[in-house]
Amino acid sequence: MEIDPLIFRLSIFILSIFVGYYVVWSVTPSLHTPLMSVTNAISSVIIVGAIIAGLAGGSETIFNISSVFGFLAIALAAINIFGGFLVTQRMLAMYKKKKKDKQ
Amino acid sequence: MISANLSAIFYLVSGVLFILALRGLSSPETSRQGNLFGIVGMIIAVVVTFLSTGNFSSGFIFVLVFILVGGSIGAFIAYKIPMTAMPELVAGFHSLVGLAAVFVAIAAFLNPEAFNLGTQGNIKLGSLIEMSIGAAVGAITFSGSVIAFLKLQGIMSGSPITFRGQHLLNALILISIIILIYLLCSTQSSNLFWILLSISFLIGFLLIIPIGGADMPVVISMLNSYSGWAAAGIGFTLENTALIITGALVGSSGAILSYIMCKGMNRSFFNVILGGFGATDDASSSTSKEQRPVKSGNADDAAFLMKNASSVIIVPGYGMAVAQAQHALREMVDTLKKNDIKVSYAIHPVAGRMPGHMNVLLAEANVPYDEVFELEEINNDFANADVAFVIGANDVTNPVAKTDPQSPIYGMPVLDVEKCKSVLFVKRSLSPGYAGIDNDLFYKENTLMLFADAKKMTEDITKNL
Repeated sequence: MEIDPLIFRLSIFILSIFVGYYVVWSVTPSLHTPLMSVTNAISSVIIVGAIIAGLAGGSETIFNISSVFGFLAIALAAINIFGGFLVTQRMLAMYKKKKKDKQ
Repeated sequence: MISANLSAIFYLVSGVLFILALRGLSSPETSRQGNLFGIVGMIIAVVVTFLSTGNFSSGFIFVLVFILVGGSIGAFIAYKIPMTAMPELVAGFHSLVGLAAVFVAIAAFLNPEAFNLGTQGNIKLGSLIEMSIGAAVGAITFSGSVIAFLKLQGIMSGSPITFRGQHLLNALILISIIILIYLLCSTQSSNLFWILLSISFLIGFLLIIPIGGADMPVVISMLNSYSGWAAAGIGFTLENTALIITGALVGSSGAILSYIMCKGMNRSFFNVILGGFGATDDASSSTSKEQRPVKSGNADDAAFLMKNASSVIIVPGYGMAVAQAQHALREMVDTLKKNDIKVSYAIHPVAGRMPGHMNVLLAEANVPYDEVFELEEINNDFANADVAFVIGANDVTNPVAKTDPQSPIYGMPVLDVEKCKSVLFVKRSLSPGYAGIDNDLFYKENTLMLFADAKKMTEDITKNL
């Protein structure tokens, strides 16, 4: 009997939860704010669904209602992707070690 | 156009890169590289999506335009936002993820052919279940985050909004969401889909209004988690590995942060979610209000105490963020260091309005991260320190949490500030903190209250050093 592909996706999902669990516990507490902004950015990979929806219409039906929602979702996700990664980078650039010559 | 198998492999690669992005955050040295991994993963996912649709007609131009418009808005916000406003920013970003998930679900519901999910009115059962769960969680994330944003921004009062029958109403709505998903899947009715979305928006709103301002660290982490589950739900619908992996990562990340925040307050997750904390304490605190003597001083006294100390521990809190005092504080510390005084910073897990909030502000003010310590690392050092400088923190220093079993914050881990030889407490007035209880520390023999704005007081002390 063939296994439903859903089971494979479910396996990936469950294993990723465990990966997430161990990876996130190893994040140092001082970087919890960048953690939140970067998870924000990566969860906006939902943009792939938005792009598929946006490109679904033919050349005459670019603006059927489904692709309009796709376009809006693209804009929202893009705000998050650029905003999330850039603000994370800005924050991480500020974390500096004590200068050695001062010690 | 590339094959479905090849694109699935690329999605897996970007999923792995996202894992590495989070892994990088285990230390500040590797974190910048981690962020780069995340960016590469995102680029791979987007490019592969373009290649796999193989559609480079006029629609493609529109997609690029919308990416550019959204991207420039995002980049503009990322460069302009002050570090003190990070909690609002993150809450705002969560709401966008939620709304994007809702929009993608709507697009898939209206045009299932484009996603290979069947035809309209006859969507595959599994996909419809995943889609409606993703849409419902996305809608809750959106409206909940909007409320969190308004509360953090101060547009909406941070005090909890409660009413009779609130929990019963919420429970009924949550049950009706489950029933609606069941009905939707058996009838495929689009009306039910819209009703499901509307009441999910409503419940997101109702769930967050009873939660008070200082519980926002839990709320933000929880909404972070929800946005992940919403993404995972959509990922199942689209059969996209990158989205499923990311959703699971973000979902568990937010859940862990919520857990850490709840533990930092010694409260259960449900206690926070049910809300109303700090709202009804007015009566109890006024009955026990007695006039107790307080020693107060000025910047000169504070400078004198610190000048004669050999070690100082700084305890920052949300008040420092409000007063934007982090730079002034760092200047004061620089002066102290010039006088060979050892200075370190003690951060309570729930200081500020989001996890790690204080660390970011101190990093912004060029405080080296190896001078900043977490509660467990530094709590024993208070007994050996000469001066504790509490700036903008309150409840997290209250010794009552250790001594009075009647207190609402009893059992909460607190910084042992009172063990210092002397305590300098910068505060605007004697008003109680968020939990609505008096801080015993104010009345201790070795405490000197400095009534002033945190930034102004810090600057004045620096002048007097």
